[in-house]
Amino acid sequence: MNHFPKWKIALVAIVSLFGIVFAVPNLLSRDQADRMPHWLQPVSLGLDLQGGSYLLLEVDTAYVFREQLTSLVEGVRTTLRKEKIKYSDLGARGDQVSVRIIEADERAKAREFLRKIDAEAAIETRDDGSMVLKYSEQAVKARKTAAIEQSLEIVRRRIDELGTREPSIQRQGEDRIVVQLPGVKDPDRIKALLGKTAKLTFHLLDDSTGADEAQKGRVPPGSMLLPSAEKERGMPESYVVRKRIEVGGDMLVDSKATYSEGRPVVSFRFSAAGAKKFGDATRENAGKFLAIVLDEKVISAPRINEPILGGSGIISGSFSVQQAQDLSLLLRAGALPAPLQVLEERTVGPDLGADSIQAGAVASLLGLALVVVLMIIVYGSLGALADLAMVLNLILLLASLSALGATLTLPGIAGIVLTMGMAVDANVLIYERMREEQRNGRSIMSAIQAGYDRAFGTIFDAHVTTLVAAALLFQFGSGPVRGFAVTLTLGLLASLFTAVLVNRIMVVTWVRWRRLKTLPLA
Amino acid sequence: MQLIDRFLPHGTKYDFIRYRWFAFCITAVLIIGSFASIAIKGFNFGIDFAGGILLEAQSTTGPADLHGMRTTLGHLGLGEVSLQEFGTTGRDVMIRVQRQEGDEKTQMAALSKVKASLGEGFTYRRVEIVGPKVGGELVRDGVLAVVLALGAIALYVWFRFEWQFGVGALVSTFHDVITTFGLFSITGLEFNLTTVAAILTIAGYSVNDTVVEYDRVRENLRKFKTMSLYDLLNLAVNETLARTILTVSTVFVTVLALLFVGGEVLRGFSIAMLWGLIIGTFSSIYVAMPMLIYFNLRTGKAAEEAEAEEAPTGGPAAP
Repeated sequence: MNHFPKWKIALVAIVSLFGIVFAVPNLLSRDQADRMPHWLQPVSLGLDLQGGSYLLLEVDTAYVFREQLTSLVEGVRTTLRKEKIKYSDLGARGDQVSVRIIEADERAKAREFLRKIDAEAAIETRDDGSMVLKYSEQAVKARKTAAIEQSLEIVRRRIDELGTREPSIQRQGEDRIVVQLPGVKDPDRIKALLGKTAKLTFHLLDDSTGADEAQKGRVPPGSMLLPSAEKERGMPESYVVRKRIEVGGDMLVDSKATYSEGRPVVSFRFSAAGAKKFGDATRENAGKFLAIVLDEKVISAPRINEPILGGSGIISGSFSVQQAQDLSLLLRAGALPAPLQVLEERTVGPDLGADSIQAGAVASLLGLALVVVLMIIVYGSLGALADLAMVLNLILLLASLSALGATLTLPGIAGIVLTMGMAVDANVLIYERMREEQRNGRSIMSAIQAGYDRAFGTIFDAHVTTLVAAALLFQFGSGPVRGFAVTLTLGLLASLFTAVLVNRIMVVTWVRWRRLKTLPLA
Repeated sequence: MQLIDRFLPHGTKYDFIRYRWFAFCITAVLIIGSFASIAIKGFNFGIDFAGGILLEAQSTTGPADLHGMRTTLGHLGLGEVSLQEFGTTGRDVMIRVQRQEGDEKTQMAALSKVKASLGEGFTYRRVEIVGPKVGGELVRDGVLAVVLALGAIALYVWFRFEWQFGVGALVSTFHDVITTFGLFSITGLEFNLTTVAAILTIAGYSVNDTVVEYDRVRENLRKFKTMSLYDLLNLAVNETLARTILTVSTVFVTVLALLFVGGEVLRGFSIAMLWGLIIGTFSSIYVAMPMLIYFNLRTGKAAEEAEAEEAPTGGPAAP
């Protein structure tokens, strides 16, 4: 019918108003936009358009599991020693820890003690007296999930410490983290910061043997050979360090870069519990050497002269100011449960982004202008009405991108251009149909009605098939393909609305107002 | 208005279907050629899929010394390094380094090497590194997206029309996609994530075209119950010809705008779109339509509907 119910007119008015309101912020400058409420913001530009860095990181979950096994081995060792149970063949093999209890009559007792070490480790006993501790699949998975959550948090804290503007840190898939940093031109410092697990531990040196002996492969059980962080300056190349952790970096509450004797150092402060542990450890081991280990490298190994009871201390090494700052930042933010690896990096300089957006915008506007002219040449005043509908389509697309907080990428601009093509096609289909119907002898209103009604099925099918493709692109594509799919989807929805409903109202109103007897088409 | 009629032909009676064998031959040559090129020559994968390093360096000290840079980078032992000048000032150089053997860390190390050896005097407008793990996944996701999109399109057409139309849409869309792959293989244009977006756009556009014409066929099947299928298909193409020409021209001008002013990054996309526009229009008329001749469209649901609906020649009466 060429008579429109009030609700349809109202719908068009409301949607158009919505479109204009939400599209307007895109005309504002950055400063002006910042003063607008958060729901009324210009469309956010992808990193390819505004410049910045994208990093795809992977959490090494296998490492987490290995760590877990190592600590289980240590737990078994400490427990059996404490209970004076004789054992042999202790070690991690594959995905489990095994140990043999030598005395047959101690096995039942040992089993009870071992069970208490970790509730999640199931114990299996073999006939020869060996016991196997194994984590259930669920326990392993839970541990990995926890590691990823924790990594996410630590990455967030580290990046926040740097004061980057509007970073986005998201989990992706099983074990990945996507970091997007708008405006960051040189991601090397960030990569360096994220590339360190920053696991700080305090160990006693093993004074029962020397590093030379250990290098020949004779490392006592319960100890390990670690390289020194600074081989120059006449320090030993490596140290033999007890595996047992006296105090861990997780007990730190604060850390600062400061100066001691004119050199940059990192000061730290323990929590109350940490301070007590540190105090006990230093009291019991006065005169021994305490190794400060960061990421399995010994930073320094000072002699404990007196108990350190205040709960704070300094790490001195040959740091530059920047290094001391970065280390204190890392300690403040906490250790990553596992190393991160950069799988993918994409950095676009801000000026290139600006060039791209300009080229894209110019191309879009030029394309739009050409289509506008072509439509007017072919369809006259009705062509102009189609052009109006198309501009509204563009406004609605921009508005919905802005309102949804979707990101406009460079392929997204290509998607806009394509949407324009489909929107024009819809109008061409309708107008051609109207012409045909008029040629078949229909009156003007009847021709208009038949044109819209007949063309609608075709337009609907054409739009929905493309929408189906866009939905799949969104689901299975990644990065630029996704941005393209989002823009295409929103554009097609807007096009269905403007080309079919809005344009129809305009055409009917126009024909009535001008009291046309024939279509100004053919 | 005569002006318009000169632009848009109406009431034409071209015999499109008659040339179907000629068209099928072209199609066969295109498809076989595409497969052959893909099998023999393969693709020029961009770093999205192949992995590796891409740098867009801008010299801050006047025009870049391409020869010198090539020598410097060639001696780094990083395998294939390609340099390409672009832009108008002679200061912009695109550097591509092949994927390094080894893990992700090796790629990062290679990047540092490249930057260090070029030294000061360059700013980096773009740096992309894709490690071996991600590249493989992106290929898998891309292929999956294309295959699923094609399947879903065919299903939708089957659901809305008849299965014969679904098959026709699938074949013609598949034809467009394969020949676009072929185009990228033969010309050695870089194949990257944006290309995948372009190919799916082409598929979408081509299906749009096919659906428009199929819609007309379905309508005519109801309207002219005794007309031979041959004439009916021809009529449908002729009736939609004006629309086809106008739509192709409008999309054509927008794509041309994209190609010439859209900048370096959109170039591959625009070329693919241009090709897709031509091949998509061709396949809708010469592949999707003549195929229907070989199906008996007058049995099944369409025929029942046609009988149930006693439509006068003018179509269903306006309410």
